[in-house]
Amino acid sequence: MEGLCKSYGGKPVLTNLNAVFPEGITCIAAPSGTGKTTLLRLVLGLERPDAGSIHGGNGRWAAVFQENRLLEEVSAAANLRFALGGVSREAGDVLTRLGLTLSDAEPVRTWSGGMKRRLALARALLAPSEALALDEPFTGLDRESRAFCLELIRKMGGGKPVLLATHDLTGLEDRPVVRLG
Amino acid sequence: MALAAAVPNGGLLLASPLQAALRLLELLPSAGFWRAVGNSSLRIFGGFLFACALAVLLAALAAGRRRFQDLLAPPVAAVKATPVASFIILALVWLEAGSLSFFISALMVFPPVYLNVLEGLRGTDRKLLELAQVYRIPLGRRIRGIYLPQVLPYFRSAASLALGLCWKAGAAAEIIGLPAGTIGERLYTAKVYLQTPDLFAWTAVILMLSAAFERLFIAVVDRLAGKAGS
Repeated sequence: MEGLCKSYGGKPVLTNLNAVFPEGITCIAAPSGTGKTTLLRLVLGLERPDAGSIHGGNGRWAAVFQENRLLEEVSAAANLRFALGGVSREAGDVLTRLGLTLSDAEPVRTWSGGMKRRLALARALLAPSEALALDEPFTGLDRESRAFCLELIRKMGGGKPVLLATHDLTGLEDRPVVRLG
Repeated sequence: MALAAAVPNGGLLLASPLQAALRLLELLPSAGFWRAVGNSSLRIFGGFLFACALAVLLAALAAGRRRFQDLLAPPVAAVKATPVASFIILALVWLEAGSLSFFISALMVFPPVYLNVLEGLRGTDRKLLELAQVYRIPLGRRIRGIYLPQVLPYFRSAASLALGLCWKAGAAAEIIGLPAGTIGERLYTAKVYLQTPDLFAWTAVILMLSAAFERLFIAVVDRLAGKAGS
């Protein structure tokens, strides 16, 4: 991205941002409210920049949003079918590794926040995509779950750019960081 | 009611429930009864289904288009506020009696279904729509997963209300238009010849048909709601 600018109501959020995202995880680190989510929304094509451009952003993305954005009234399997079109054996494996069950019975509204977050992450990792945008994907996870999920992201997102917005860089010290704010 | 019916020859003014029930039992085996029920049901329920389809289609078109909503708002408000009898008399000028109950039924059903479905669509979760955009989820799956679960409760309550309305208005249209072989014609005949038990029996038939169609239709909607998203 080159010279990216975005402001809301005259208040600048991103100013002349230049960055390159190679394959693998690139961390976007910033305190709350300093443009992490805005940057991901621009990259995903959900907002238009005021100025600047994003090259190579037209490919297929998968994302974990700030909120889980699940269909609360249906099961985990139905959520995956909705987003991905079907549930493969790999989906079952990934969910099991994340400590979830690919149940068709219980609606996800009955799940805990951490379980929903892991399902949202599984959905992003399983979706056919050329790049991943993950906005605070470890929210609500304990230390052990966080480490396991990070390992899974490294493994499954290895061959593509992964933009990971977080305020906590634990376990990500080896990855490039774009700092905002 | 019971007192009026108990007066000697009181059945002329007000039939007792027993008289109405007996008359209904007499009517049941006749082919004319079933022909009238079939003709009226086909037209009134047909008008209901047509109006539902049109209302859902126009609400879907209007949901994201403010100008289209503004364009439809005055005619919808006019239909809501105008007495049904005015429409029936007006429609009699343009339409033949056979189509009248279909048209009037559709006219009564359209506003509540259109307005409720539009309201439901306006409340659609923008965040889920963004998710669908990013994941490139096809329209069919978006409809099943996002729009249907959102809109069906609104559609359900509107359809339930509209089914009662369309039977009332449809029967009124038949009484005024007098298409042959319909419930409305039978009601009119009963009134002209002071056959009060017939009047009550046919009114009971309308009530039963309205309730039966409402239950059937709502059961179908509930079944759809159960499947939506899964």
